[in-house]
Amino acid sequence: MNEWAALLMRLLFSRAPVCPVLVKYFYCKQIDLYIKRTFVRNAYILASKQRESAVLSGNLSEPAHSMTERGMDLAAGVLRFAAVTALTFLGLLAITFFIGRVVPIDPVVAVVGDRATQEVYEATRQALGLDRPLLVQFGIYVRDVLTGDLGVSLTTGRPVVEDLARFFPATVEMATAGILIGVLLGVPMGVIAAARAGSWLDQVIRVLGLLGYSVPAFWMGLVGLAVFYAGLGWVAGPGRIDIFYDGLVPTVTGLLTVDALLAGDWTIFGNAVSHLILPAAILGFFSLAYIARMTRSFMLDQLAQEFVTTARVKGVSEWAVIWKHAFYPIRVQLVTVIGLSYAVLLEGSVMVEIVFSWPGIGNYLTTALLRADMAAVLGATILIGTVFIVINRLSDLLYRVFDPRSR
Amino acid sequence: MSVLDWLTDDAPASRLQAQAGQAWSIARAFARNPLAMLGAVIIGALVFVAVFAPWLAPYSPVGQDLGSRLLPPSAEHWLGTDELGRDIYSRILYGARITLVIVVMVALISAPLGLLIGAVAGYFGGWVDRVLMALTDVFLSLPKLIMALAFVAALGAGLQNAIIAIAVTAWPAYARIARAETLTFRNAEFIAAVRLQGASHLRVIGLHVVPLCLSSTIIRVTLDMAGIILTAAGLGFLGLGAQPPLPEWGAMISRGRSFILDQWWVATMPGFAIIIVSLGFCFLGDGLRDVLDPKQREGR
Repeated sequence: MNEWAALLMRLLFSRAPVCPVLVKYFYCKQIDLYIKRTFVRNAYILASKQRESAVLSGNLSEPAHSMTERGMDLAAGVLRFAAVTALTFLGLLAITFFIGRVVPIDPVVAVVGDRATQEVYEATRQALGLDRPLLVQFGIYVRDVLTGDLGVSLTTGRPVVEDLARFFPATVEMATAGILIGVLLGVPMGVIAAARAGSWLDQVIRVLGLLGYSVPAFWMGLVGLAVFYAGLGWVAGPGRIDIFYDGLVPTVTGLLTVDALLAGDWTIFGNAVSHLILPAAILGFFSLAYIARMTRSFMLDQLAQEFVTTARVKGVSEWAVIWKHAFYPIRVQLVTVIGLSYAVLLEGSVMVEIVFSWPGIGNYLTTALLRADMAAVLGATILIGTVFIVINRLSDLLYRVFDPRSR
Repeated sequence: MSVLDWLTDDAPASRLQAQAGQAWSIARAFARNPLAMLGAVIIGALVFVAVFAPWLAPYSPVGQDLGSRLLPPSAEHWLGTDELGRDIYSRILYGARITLVIVVMVALISAPLGLLIGAVAGYFGGWVDRVLMALTDVFLSLPKLIMALAFVAALGAGLQNAIIAIAVTAWPAYARIARAETLTFRNAEFIAAVRLQGASHLRVIGLHVVPLCLSSTIIRVTLDMAGIILTAAGLGFLGLGAQPPLPEWGAMISRGRSFILDQWWVATMPGFAIIIVSLGFCFLGDGLRDVLDPKQREGR
């Protein structure tokens, strides 16, 4: 008898697709129908998956394939993945190389000045490798970039790589805080919008999302500064930290908030957070728009599925239906979306950084731009482009690993 | 037989009647969507303002009046004046011209480029497809704003170069769409029929493939417009787009930056113009997608 009770408990509290066959015996006719549908669907998915994997291994007649074949599939997949990533990176370098060549400034004249004699000019030209074929020059350029040689910045006089290492943590800190805000608010907003589709709440969230596509980030930064810094005095002004706290905590990670925590200094941590919160919130707003929109659309797909109806008919609470049954399957898609919006945030931080005088890559890049410091511009472009590509590819990989349908 | 009957006839007698009827039903579906109509009205207003700016603007967009610097919004200067005493309302009206030029030029450069590349790749398939799509994917996986910045850095600041830089980064999305559309009908019988009649590949692509990709490309272009306007305004804000004294909205915000705490209207007013126009394109794009291409509709 105990077994029966246990079975009953399992039936009542477990997820719908787990035990459709058994539930059948305990519920009335109408539920029976739903469950049959779910069961048939599951069986169909199972069969089609088997068929797919058989097709993948190129072996239709014999579905069970050996471990070595599966290993070969994996190896081919990894190889293709690496090749595409490398190709994209090479494309990025080709574009920056091209941009570097398009510049109307003669690189030789930039080094020797326009009063140099013809001999000096020619010697420098050869030293810079500019007399060689374009393809060879590109090869040298790729080798330099891969060995971490991005040239010397005209503005700071330091190697570009060193500059980037100094400025990049600030950007990472802001973008990470931004994506945290975007995810923590955007995902629940998308779920609620889907659960209450068509309600006024849904409309409000939709308008907020559209605003995320149509408000200039720099404008929002300025208005935010005027309202929350100058008007209300809730947050600290531009910059990363107040000047008298500057350099008081040892640099470990380069993320000021983390460094302050590591040093155990709460005053500095509080100051850094009050500087960080506004730019991060503005950045987060833009990722929130995209994340909420995608979450809503994924959730609507799931809520229309029959296993959700089954769960509802079984009497599962609405909260559990939404957060456990419907939300659970979309997590992989969501991670992809979040990864992509993180990459976009890193890029979008350029504008926000300028408004907030944030000492990050965006500020470095634009300062260099206005002074025609091409080595620095291209270095920053390569860095942001590389991070962008890596995150893009990683989300793609994650999707492939966790979602069997995409294989 | 009234005009309405003629338009809604189930059995059109001529090609003209069929096309007019189709246009009529699309227009009716579009008019039922309030947000789409709002978008259309906003974009219509943008075009109107851009064309008639000299008649609508009460002041010159560049004329300086140092006696009336930084005046707050009033009956005389509806949106206030900037640091050189120029009327912000007039400048915003003239700025609509610049925005419209940017949007139209970027669309005219990048959409045909993307369409052509996508259609050629999808139509020929094989290695042509692979090479072109690899190129597209490389561009697609690069950060757009940063690439636009780098291009402008290389070409030099200015409106024309900003347009080129944005267009260069905008085309890959259209190529993807055009290719996907082309793949769905490249093996269709009407293509084979045209080929059998002796049409060249050029003719097939130009007259039969591209027109069928148009509607989804137009939708995508409209949806992208908001992003293009924001990028252009961003370039203007950085001083890389339209050069002073041109009343470009992003550049106007940038000039108002120093006065944001005391004279807030200088920087905020052009921002509202940008937001309204971008929202207009978003609404219009959403509406067009619902009407022209129901299968692409997101779950909304």
